[in-house]
Amino acid sequence: MSDTERFIRRKRRKSFSLFGGRSYETRLNRQHSQWRILAGPILSVLLGSLITTLPFFSDLPILPPFGFMIFIAWRLLRPGMWPMWAGLPFGLFDDIFSGALLGSAALTWSIAMLIAEFIDSRIIWRDHMFDWLIASLFITTYLIISLLIISMVQPQPSILIIIPQIIFSIALYPLVVRFCAAVDKWRLSR
Amino acid sequence: MAAPKNRRPGFSRKAQFSIFATYVLAISGAIVGGLLLLISILDPKGFSALRIVGAEATAPVGRFFNSVRRTISDGSENMSFYWDAAAKNKAMDKRIEELEKENLALKLIKLENEKLRPLINSIENDQLEIITTGRLISTSASSGRRLAVISVESTRDMTAGQPVVSPDGLIGRITEKGLSTARILLVTDTDNVVPVIRLSDGLAAFATGRADGSLLIKPLNLGENPFEKGDILVTSGNGGLYPPNIPVATIIAKSDDSGVAKPLADPATTDYSSILEIYDPIANQEIETIREEADLQDSDAVIP
Repeated sequence: MSDTERFIRRKRRKSFSLFGGRSYETRLNRQHSQWRILAGPILSVLLGSLITTLPFFSDLPILPPFGFMIFIAWRLLRPGMWPMWAGLPFGLFDDIFSGALLGSAALTWSIAMLIAEFIDSRIIWRDHMFDWLIASLFITTYLIISLLIISMVQPQPSILIIIPQIIFSIALYPLVVRFCAAVDKWRLSR
Repeated sequence: MAAPKNRRPGFSRKAQFSIFATYVLAISGAIVGGLLLLISILDPKGFSALRIVGAEATAPVGRFFNSVRRTISDGSENMSFYWDAAAKNKAMDKRIEELEKENLALKLIKLENEKLRPLINSIENDQLEIITTGRLISTSASSGRRLAVISVESTRDMTAGQPVVSPDGLIGRITEKGLSTARILLVTDTDNVVPVIRLSDGLAAFATGRADGSLLIKPLNLGENPFEKGDILVTSGNGGLYPPNIPVATIIAKSDDSGVAKPLADPATTDYSSILEIYDPIANQEIETIREEADLQDSDAVIP
């Protein structure tokens, strides 16, 4: 028995599964799990929207809009992954929990999708820093518009109150991208 | 990552149309969102069922993490008690002696008060009617609106408008209720206006939230600014929603015509909150009837 043969045998013995010895077959030509491909991004955005239901008690609106940040991070990380209408369902889900008026996130997230599409057609090759800049603009505009929408039904709070939130959100964005990238790796692993 | 090159997928009409259809879908998505927003602006109380279902569904998670948070903060608090314990003990003993004396004086005043009250025929009901107690489980920490969710045993006797108080002071009032949770409009929300008086001399003012954890205090008599740092404000009972003499805030700064106050009750450190009966239900009913009449006359009329 040559060395090579022994090696192959040892390998095979190791890879025997409980249900018979042909497990090497399943290691070839495998497909992505369709469940993972969908569940990873969708659940991450929904969980991001749900963070506000955890017991954070703050005087200022200081918690970053994690749902929107994860949504935008996926959009910039994987252009073309979200269908164009994705802003509506995700935005509606966010509206239920954020305390904002229902429809405010549904509108702004949908518009964000359209703007992201426009940016994609103009700035084709971007690195992480550029994505960060784009996301910062998205987050800042989103937070300001959300505040303006609130002030349609009640006296407008000072626009200064969301500045800490904007700074936190921009600073935390790279972490959100890291998180999305980790989910992406898990999602596309075979 | 560069965008996939599916903008012009060759000469296939079908493929081109399908891309066009996604744009149509996206724009109609934005329009649907805008319409929903319009409905919510016209009727901010609308869609409350959706929000309540959401709050009810996520309440167990909030309750669990709240108890974890409480345990941790209790632990660190307990440890801090041991720090410098001897000196603290001495200071506390001294304070107790002082308070005993003050207490005696207060008891005498109370006795005198009881004697004097019948003379002026003043009937004051000092008892607050507590409907139920509960724990705050979350706040709208990422939104410009200051709302909180309270978890209670049962919301059977609760209605919108009931005040929520903690032992430290006023927290807010109920806006929506579910089965075991209710939404609270905190005093710091810009939509919440509380009629207050200064504790020292009964000067009337309005406390409005500024959404940044402080309140704007506008005196009823415009012109000068009579507030001083450290003034304590309590509810006046005007308007019939909040019972009188609930502590609200202390003045921390003053401007030309108003004061800035910090609420005495902090939702983050509150153990239990009590939900009280509306102080004067008749006043509330009157407001409702005025509102309904206004609705009948002119559907566009808005009464705050």
